[in-house]
Amino acid sequence: MTAPTEKQNIHDYLAEFDDIPGTRVFTAARARKGYWLNQFAMSLMTPENREAWKADERKYLENWPMSDEQREAILARDYNRCLDLGGNVYFLAKVFSTDGLSFAEAVSSMTDMTFPEYREMMNKGGRSPQGNRSIKGGY
Amino acid sequence: MARITAGVASSHVPLLGVAVDQGKTGDEYFGPIFAGYEWTKAWEKEEKPDVVILVYNDHASAFDMKIIPTFAIGCGERYKSADEGWGPRPVPDVEGHADLGWHIAQSLILDEFDMTIINEMDVDHGMTVPLSMMFGQPEKWPVKVVPLAVNVVTYPVPSGNRCWALGEAIARAVESFPEDLNVQIWGTGGMSHQLQGPRAGLLNREWDNKFLDMLIGDSDAARFIPHLEYLRETGSEGIEMVMWLVMRGALGKKTKCLHRHYHIPCSNTAIGHLVLEPTE
Repeated sequence: MTAPTEKQNIHDYLAEFDDIPGTRVFTAARARKGYWLNQFAMSLMTPENREAWKADERKYLENWPMSDEQREAILARDYNRCLDLGGNVYFLAKVFSTDGLSFAEAVSSMTDMTFPEYREMMNKGGRSPQGNRSIKGGY
Repeated sequence: MARITAGVASSHVPLLGVAVDQGKTGDEYFGPIFAGYEWTKAWEKEEKPDVVILVYNDHASAFDMKIIPTFAIGCGERYKSADEGWGPRPVPDVEGHADLGWHIAQSLILDEFDMTIINEMDVDHGMTVPLSMMFGQPEKWPVKVVPLAVNVVTYPVPSGNRCWALGEAIARAVESFPEDLNVQIWGTGGMSHQLQGPRAGLLNREWDNKFLDMLIGDSDAARFIPHLEYLRETGSEGIEMVMWLVMRGALGKKTKCLHRHYHIPCSNTAIGHLVLEPTE
């Protein structure tokens, strides 16, 4: 617990996030890197844009000043790669919703499980926090 | 005089909206989740609140990356259901309470909370799912809503302490509104869930229940939980629980629990629900 008067230094605050296993916290650095990737995804909120995207994905991406890596990651639906390149799941959700995928199915694609395996894990109480809290601490 | 009579906390998983819209709330999967809201639905019918201050987060619907307000308050007359990628939910428009919204906005700014004002926006599952959970499928929502949007997506998000203090300031603002209104404040989102990366699917029943315990009674320990603890213990999206602290802060020193419900899982998420009453 941090007392209310103790203000945390931004560098220390951000550094702590790297210790969480299998997690990309959506920091300002990631938000900057992924700006156009996320704005592209956002554009899929209208039916007209969804149609244009479905008709020719690669052509649709030409309208957005994204990096080649970001374009390839989206075309491959490699969501972990998208996260590394600054994508945020609530924005990427516009892409997988357009694909007709549920949140659970899209999310499962970022784990080492198949969707049925992932669904079974969730129905049995989800992934345990045990051993998943800290890389350095191993707890 | 307007007064805050109760606080409600609830998860706002989009799949719950799908269950309502597709008539699946009684099936094997969703039945136990919705059963835990029956008490609240009946209670809301008795309570007949005039206005709900609904603390929620936008999920890349009204706000994209162009503008990221930390705390924003809706002062509009009406909000439509957002198209989140699969068409808007078939729910009534959300009617605002512009007079109360503007009164709270002005009071908060004088009270040193520098709010962003929203006049027009669409509202996503963060707002419409809690309304469906508490009111079912009416032709028209039985309350007016003052939306209070919190950034819990781009870091740093506001601290738990700041969220609690905002709740305290909202309570002061409501008390100085001259019209006689029965106002509830709802905190939404959570509980434990992680929607991204190899650790996706993390749930933490023990921590979630400890958090529920902390909101009942006279403890204010929850306001000092650091972001890192939410992230480690409850998954990257568990941070939404700071929004429950705005609700708790608005209820004053002590609360009484009227109803409590917890269920695992709904899709990727642990469902938590509380109905609290201020006791002094």
